Amino acid sequence: MSTPQEAASAKDGSMIKQKEMIAGHFSALTRAKAEGKKVVYTFVPGNITELLLAFDVLPVYPEINALQSGMRKKSGAYIAEAERLGHSEDVCTYVKCDIGMLKSGNFGPTGEKLPEPDLLLLSYTGCFTFMKWFELLKREYDCPVAMMHVPYQGDGVFTPEMRDYVVAQLRTEVVPALEALTGKKLDEAKLSEALARSRVAEDDLVAVLESAKRRPSPIDAYFGGVYYIGPIFTSFRGTEAAVDYYRTLRAEVDERVRLGLGPLTPDGAITHEKYRLVIEGPPNWTNFQEFWKMFSSEGAVVVASSYTKVGGVYDNGFRHDPERPLETLAEYCAGCYTNLNLPTRIDMLSRYVREYEADGLLINSVKSCNSFSAGQLLILREVEARTGVPGGFIETDLVDPRYFSAANIKNRIESYLQMIEQKRRNASTRAHAATPTVAPPRPAKKLEVLR
Amino acid sequence: MKTFVGIDLGSTTTKAVMLDEDGAVLGRGITNSRSNYHLAADIARDEAFVEARFTLLDRALAAAGETGDEAVAFRKRLLYQLRKVQQMAQLASLRARALEEAVGARLGHHGDLVARLEHIFDVIEADWKKPRLTGVKGSDFFRDQAASDFSRCAERVADRDLKFDVLMSVFDKVIIQVENARIDLTFEGNIRTALTRCLRGEAPERHARYEAAVLSVADTPIDVARAIGTGYGRQTLPFPKESIRSEILCHGLGAHVMFPGTATVLDIGGQDTKAIQVDGDGIVTSFQMNDRCAAGCGRYLGYIADEMNMGVHELGPLAMQSTRTVKINSTCTVFAGAELRDRLTMGQKREDILAGLHRAIILRAMALLARSGGIADEFTFTGGVANNEAAVRALRQLVKENYGSRTINISADSIYTGALGAALFAVRAGASEEHPS
Repeated sequence: MSTPQEAASAKDGSMIKQKEMIAGHFSALTRAKAEGKKVVYTFVPGNITELLLAFDVLPVYPEINALQSGMRKKSGAYIAEAERLGHSEDVCTYVKCDIGMLKSGNFGPTGEKLPEPDLLLLSYTGCFTFMKWFELLKREYDCPVAMMHVPYQGDGVFTPEMRDYVVAQLRTEVVPALEALTGKKLDEAKLSEALARSRVAEDDLVAVLESAKRRPSPIDAYFGGVYYIGPIFTSFRGTEAAVDYYRTLRAEVDERVRLGLGPLTPDGAITHEKYRLVIEGPPNWTNFQEFWKMFSSEGAVVVASSYTKVGGVYDNGFRHDPERPLETLAEYCAGCYTNLNLPTRIDMLSRYVREYEADGLLINSVKSCNSFSAGQLLILREVEARTGVPGGFIETDLVDPRYFSAANIKNRIESYLQMIEQKRRNASTRAHAATPTVAPPRPAKKLEVLR
Repeated sequence: MKTFVGIDLGSTTTKAVMLDEDGAVLGRGITNSRSNYHLAADIARDEAFVEARFTLLDRALAAAGETGDEAVAFRKRLLYQLRKVQQMAQLASLRARALEEAVGARLGHHGDLVARLEHIFDVIEADWKKPRLTGVKGSDFFRDQAASDFSRCAERVADRDLKFDVLMSVFDKVIIQVENARIDLTFEGNIRTALTRCLRGEAPERHARYEAAVLSVADTPIDVARAIGTGYGRQTLPFPKESIRSEILCHGLGAHVMFPGTATVLDIGGQDTKAIQVDGDGIVTSFQMNDRCAAGCGRYLGYIADEMNMGVHELGPLAMQSTRTVKINSTCTVFAGAELRDRLTMGQKREDILAGLHRAIILRAMALLARSGGIADEFTFTGGVANNEAAVRALRQLVKENYGSRTINISADSIYTGALGAALFAVRAGASEEHPS
């Protein structure tokens, strides 16, 4: 671990910048009504932020508010509030946390009151819960809803017909709804400019994520990764601030690479990278730091994760294209991780294991999130079979603190890492035994057990 | 001599296994975990030391050509006498502390409490001194034996002036002190007394040979070259981090050592259930445990036993009498209690309900096994619940229904599986230090 000074100074650039961006956004939201700005509630997967920017409206992401509530230890009370209102224990805890927050005064992550939505924009339907969530919000706010059906990539491809189907909905449903809301016509040039800026930031993000292919990895692509995806998966994609943020972040990461430094954690940098992992599934937010520490204290670094692709799988080559504004938005909506079928997810995770030279694939399963959990055991077995690295499986929850059993989870993680270590040792013993220049290991002694 | 020790700190019991350099088992020890993991580990290890010295004695007697029936009988007597010496030392400690408690501020007003306690202990002591046909059990059972004898005597001694509860309150308080005190129960500290008793009436020539063998074993320095800890309390063991292994790895390796054909392991312990897949070297390749709920573990049976006012060891035999298994839906420990009472009031037989509860536990384990990759051949079942015949019967049925014919291994010593695996890791760690590749 590095010195606290080093940790603090490393925080300076991008982290501080991101904090300021978020604070600025929430303060703009607080002023929105007074300044006559329109507010649109929408979700992270398949969000079409550039289009919102083109109309000069402000987005609010309920699931980001929920995860922030989880990190600030407020989600337990919010969920209890939602359950009092009749929401079942098995419902997605993001939804209950959001409903609970709404019913408790709707104070956002910065403690400022969130403005009510002028429009509920559902631009991704791969998560069925999103639809139900907005049905609930519609009842609360009685505002218009713009909904777009995005076909699931059941056959592993997004066909031109599927793209046209989504583009048509953008043209006939979403754009008119935004035009009606703002009284402005869509400014296509403005949209294209935002998309061009997205593209620049996306290049830098991919460079940051792929830096984890190095040894040691300069970043943690899961616990650290959730911070890196923050701006681009939310209100800032397509803004100059995001371009600037990712340029700074990339420079910082390049510098860590140059100095041969490991990832930063809240307790300083990891100086000895012992395990390289790929993680599938969203993180737990209620005990985020504690959860991270269970890995970092063992020298386990996450080199790739699927969660950092929920708002776009950029490392497969996708970039927003300013030349084809609506088409590119359609492709983006359909390309987020949870809209991919299981074989595609398996291909992607197997590729991560190979390209990032990972020691294992660990699945963090969140029972209340069907978008992720369905098929996870199948994914685990298949990636194990294809790559030969051991898989692990743990269970937590997004924002319900009742489902984070620290002692048990720590036990599983330690066992899993020791299993990797043991396999590695056994493999190296075998490799040595096969090399004639090295003395063979002592033969395994016969064990006799007293019965 | 150089030895390697594995210690498994479970939620219910703490186990120790001691191996020699060749990986052969020298000794084992077990005790209840108490609230003090350090002490439990020490006591289990001391027990393993005692058993190890008996193993050394067997080797010494064999080397001296003493392999006949007389030598076997001598060894048996010696162990029996040593256990008696150990128990008497603990009983003496219990008596001293009880009498001290009796004159203390809390109970000093009970006039003849001291006299009655003295009487109780006199009776127990006299009883324990009598020769017995069956062997005296190890120190881990001292609490049970003392509790049962004390309460039996207290019932007789108690009257309206000095109630049974008062007498038992003395016992309950001081038994914890005795359990947490370091009383010398070692082989070397007690064997001379035991030996003197054993050698009475022995032919002089054999007398000398036995004595020489025992004393040489008592004087053999046993050096623990390496100790590895595992189990729930492992973080509290006074071991460096590299000497701690997860119980999943230890169970996998331990099961492999006990049954080398093992491919799948199911361990149902007090507070969790593990489904483990191992390769041909006993290396864990995959495992599943339940993170969010402990339903269907050993404690489930403990809870049911309490609900039915039975001992947990009585559940299996009663369930075996079942002719018609009742379907129990809930594996939630608390709900199952409610379901149990509900079905009893409906007039269903206790044995049939119990058979259903055992099946419910195993069904839960089957789901975990499926998640870990299924049941391959051979299949080894470990943990406290593996000693329960009704659970084993349900397991055999469900394995057959779901996976067809499988060799199912259950060792009577399965409780030592984790400690055995830990001890073997200690041997391997020691070997790799000597021969760095």
